[in-house]
Amino acid sequence: MEKIKSLADLKRIKENVQTKIDLREKSEQVESLVQIKVAMATCGIAAGSKETMNYFIENLEKNGIVAVVTQTGCMGYCYAEPTVEITKPGKDPIVFGHVTTERAEEIIQKYLKNDELVADIIPVNFDTIKDR
Amino acid sequence: MSYKMHVLVCGGTGCRASASQQIITRLEESLREKNLEDEVQVIATGCFGFCEKGPIVKIMPDNTFYVQVKPEDAEEIVNEHVIKGRKVERLLYKDPEKKEAVSDSKHMGFYKKQLRIALRNCGFINPENIEEYIARDGYSALAKCITELKPEEVIQEIKLSGLRGRGGGGFPTGLKWEFASKYQADQKYVVCNADEGDPGAFMDRSIMEGDPHSVIEAMAICGYSIGATKGLVYIRAEYPLAIQRLKIAIQQAKEYGLLGQNIFGTDFTFDIELRYGAGAFVCGEETALIHSMEGHRGEPTMKPPFPAESGYLNRPTNVNNVETLANIPAIIMKGANWFNKIGTERSKGTKVFALAGKINNVGLIEVPMGTTLREVIYEIGGGIKNDKKFKAVQTGGPSGGCLTEKHLDVPIDFDNLLASGSMMGSGGMIVMDEDDCMVSVAKFYLEFTVEESCGKCTPCRVGNKRLHEILDKITQGKGTMEDLDTLRNLSRVIKDTALCGLGQTSPNPVLSTIDNFYDEYLAHIKDKKCPAGKCKALLMYHIDPELCIGCGLCARNCPVDAIVGERKEPHFINTAKCIKCGACMEKCKFKAVSTR
Ligand SMILES: Cc1cc2nc3c(=O)[nH]c(=O)nc-3n(C[C@H](O)[C@H](O)[C@H](O)COP(=O)(O)O)c2cc1C
Ligand code: SF4
Ligand code: SF4
Ligand code: SF4
Ligand code: FES
Ligand code: FES
Repeated sequence: MEKIKSLADLKRIKENVQTKIDLREKSEQVESLVQIKVAMATCGIAAGSKETMNYFIENLEKNGIVAVVTQTGCMGYCYAEPTVEITKPGKDPIVFGHVTTERAEEIIQKYLKNDELVADIIPVNFDTIKDR
Repeated sequence: MSYKMHVLVCGGTGCRASASQQIITRLEESLREKNLEDEVQVIATGCFGFCEKGPIVKIMPDNTFYVQVKPEDAEEIVNEHVIKGRKVERLLYKDPEKKEAVSDSKHMGFYKKQLRIALRNCGFINPENIEEYIARDGYSALAKCITELKPEEVIQEIKLSGLRGRGGGGFPTGLKWEFASKYQADQKYVVCNADEGDPGAFMDRSIMEGDPHSVIEAMAICGYSIGATKGLVYIRAEYPLAIQRLKIAIQQAKEYGLLGQNIFGTDFTFDIELRYGAGAFVCGEETALIHSMEGHRGEPTMKPPFPAESGYLNRPTNVNNVETLANIPAIIMKGANWFNKIGTERSKGTKVFALAGKINNVGLIEVPMGTTLREVIYEIGGGIKNDKKFKAVQTGGPSGGCLTEKHLDVPIDFDNLLASGSMMGSGGMIVMDEDDCMVSVAKFYLEFTVEESCGKCTPCRVGNKRLHEILDKITQGKGTMEDLDTLRNLSRVIKDTALCGLGQTSPNPVLSTIDNFYDEYLAHIKDKKCPAGKCKALLMYHIDPELCIGCGLCARNCPVDAIVGERKEPHFINTAKCIKCGACMEKCKFKAVSTR
């Protein structure tokens, strides 16, 4: 074990270990962050939602977007899998259908960065358990 | 590779007692089977404060809060929640009022009003991993103090924060550090008081188990401020898990160079050792604690001299409570002006309470000073169990008093609690309902004090015994009105003449119950009745002749043949013979037996 000999050493270690608890710190304040929920039930996984989720996790950071990525169960839109629900702070959730990795990139660039909408939005009109 | 999901499993004493270790093993096995071990991390944390409903499993990032989880539930959590994203409904916490499942911790009344400063890392980080503490800004406060601030600047900051001791006395912490810093000596000591003797209290234990580094960091900061190089933690031997976690934490801090010589490349040196107490309540008193550490009997001595002048081995010693210390790094990092905006005029910051008794959400909570008892009991605590009526809340443990209905809207802080006839103490809070007898409650606390008195001074050794005898007499239905006067007078004498805080506060439960529940004392003394039906000696079993059909079942079950009566005729209880065992009441199928 290398010893901490200065404030700079401590800061360096902190930066290295920050990722360990990043996810937990973000979830403590989900209301103020972009929340991305990827539907990961049987049909979603079959349609590639796992790749989509990984893509979001890996590429959000690169684009400087702080977000919490979670998975949810069946959203009821099997025909449009992979589906992803995105809630920007203070806004209503929007559900995107057919989110392949290419579309994920498009959503990151357009919706998340510039607030532009993209095609294939599924209208949501029900409350989920989270809203209770 | 970073994890997509963190599964936090409580590793506090409460949850470990109900197999949380096995839950971790089973979760890990199940994740490995599904090849998810690189995506989902299982972490053992400290106490979530919700021990009664433990073991707790919290899943992040969605904040799902599972209660009373069993090892055999692990697979279902992995299959349903982790893989399919469906919450395991039956393990969710049920709101006691609305009777419905709460999806995540953000929607639990228990957490809504809480503000966690001392408990900031409990139930959040792995206490056995120093890196998680560092990631949470750990040791940054120490770094800031010793590389950027002068000792007197640190003390100034603590003074400005308004932090007062959480061990019971409420003495301003900054001022205490300043005293200790003024005395010159070849060696000074920083002592952490982890004796925690109040019955039912476990806030200090939870901090040490859930966030041991915060205590270590604070002790080093204190050492720097007062010019001490040695720290001692006085901890009761009955806290094995806290001891183990502290040991690991001290070891890790040493390996990282955060304890030892030349910390952060400066010439500041600091080390910490553990000292074990046998768990006598009076050893929590600072002078007794110091004597006990020196290998002498754990008896208090007169102050002055205060420990700041002459403490451990007659050297200047600063004694602080665990929770007091846990606040220090946060104050340094966020600033005194952040801390002193939380709380009330003369009580800044938050206080941790151990909520217990007849309340729905039993557990450990941290609220800003100034929160009312009503908010604590009804919002955080979820109200009284089984929809019974609230009667009183005991705060301050054996040194405190009982507060009633009329105090429910009093903002909780040091001064308001004192003015209401109780005190903050270390933070025990026991809620009582209509079935609790207040004379018996006073008796219970006196029993504790009599047991724990060190016997050094007469008012406490003999006086408390007399108080206890009189209370016992009243619960037996043999009390007189003179006894009530004697209780009051004797209480005052003990308060005025006892040597240490134990004796000086021990009559408080008696005085406050007489003040607030005078009628209940009268009922015991004059009517020979216990309104709550708790005092066995005052219970009278009685058969209602209207309801009794004369089946004789009660008579056959009475162990002392106290019940007489002809078959098919109403029966009678010979009260002189009756030993009040309750068997007749239990057996009667016609609800003809009652107490009054
Ligand atoms: C009978 C008695 C028992 C005490 N028990 C404790 C205890 O268990 N833990 C504690 O921190 N302080 C206890 N105290 C208070 C200590 O004497 C001392 O005031 C405290 O440790 C100072 O730390 P603080 O200023 O941070 O509160 C007790 C005091 C008395 C009179
Ligand atoms: S007040 Fe009680 S505990 Fe304190 S010194 Fe006297 S006898 Fe001992
Ligand atoms: S058991 Fe009940 S009904 Fe039967 S004799 Fe006793 S009191 Fe009467
Ligand atoms: S309470 Fe017990 S002792 Fe008394 S009458 Fe009933 S059965 Fe007999
Ligand atoms: S299973 Fe995914 S939408 Fe139905
Ligand atoms: S020990 Fe697990 S919640 Fe307290």
